[in-house]
Amino acid sequence: MAQFNVDCKGQTCPVPLVEVRKALRKASKGDIIEVVGTHPASKKEIPMAAEASGDEVIEVRADGAVWTIRIRKG
Amino acid sequence: MPGKTTLIVHSGEMDKVMSALIIGNGALSMGMEATMYFTFWGLQRLKKGGLDKGKLSTMNMGGLGLSMVKKKMRQVNVASMEQLMKDYKELGGKIIACEMTMEIMGIKKEDLRLDLIDEFGAVGTYVNEARKSEITLFI
Repeated sequence: MAQFNVDCKGQTCPVPLVEVRKALRKASKGDIIEVVGTHPASKKEIPMAAEASGDEVIEVRADGAVWTIRIRKG
Repeated sequence: MPGKTTLIVHSGEMDKVMSALIIGNGALSMGMEATMYFTFWGLQRLKKGGLDKGKLSTMNMGGLGLSMVKKKMRQVNVASMEQLMKDYKELGGKIIACEMTMEIMGIKKEDLRLDLIDEFGAVGTYVNEARKSEITLFI
């Protein structure tokens, strides 16, 4: 299983969502996408986007303004 | 949970075309298909070198408002029009160019960004896309 790391720190709408979707399109079933960012709305929208395409959100954590989301490609 | 978004881009102003591109990218990112139908003033933005030529829809002030907004956008790291368009295409977004607008405004195919356009069509093409769409907007 491969891991795709997406760094969206400092990026704003719609870049974090777009970069996660690009990574999901490149990933194979079971691969992990780990995205790190600071854009507040994306923290809740990225899990919505992953669930909409049948991918699994395995972790959402925040450390101050920086959040990390881990997704397993379904 | 697939689904589809179809946008009519009738306006050519920078802020409206940018909003349309953000919504198009948002739809694709949220797992939907997306089609953008460029017509009238919107189609001007698909001319070679035209994507970034739009004014502001309000407060343009002879270009002063536009440069202020563009400066602010750079400060807060907003993606450029060209980047938004590149992302839209990379995520599989479809672009239709309005043939009637081309006739009215004397635009030839070679004047347009053929690297971006998937199809040329008229209102029937739009309706056929929109009838399969959960979201359709006129911008």
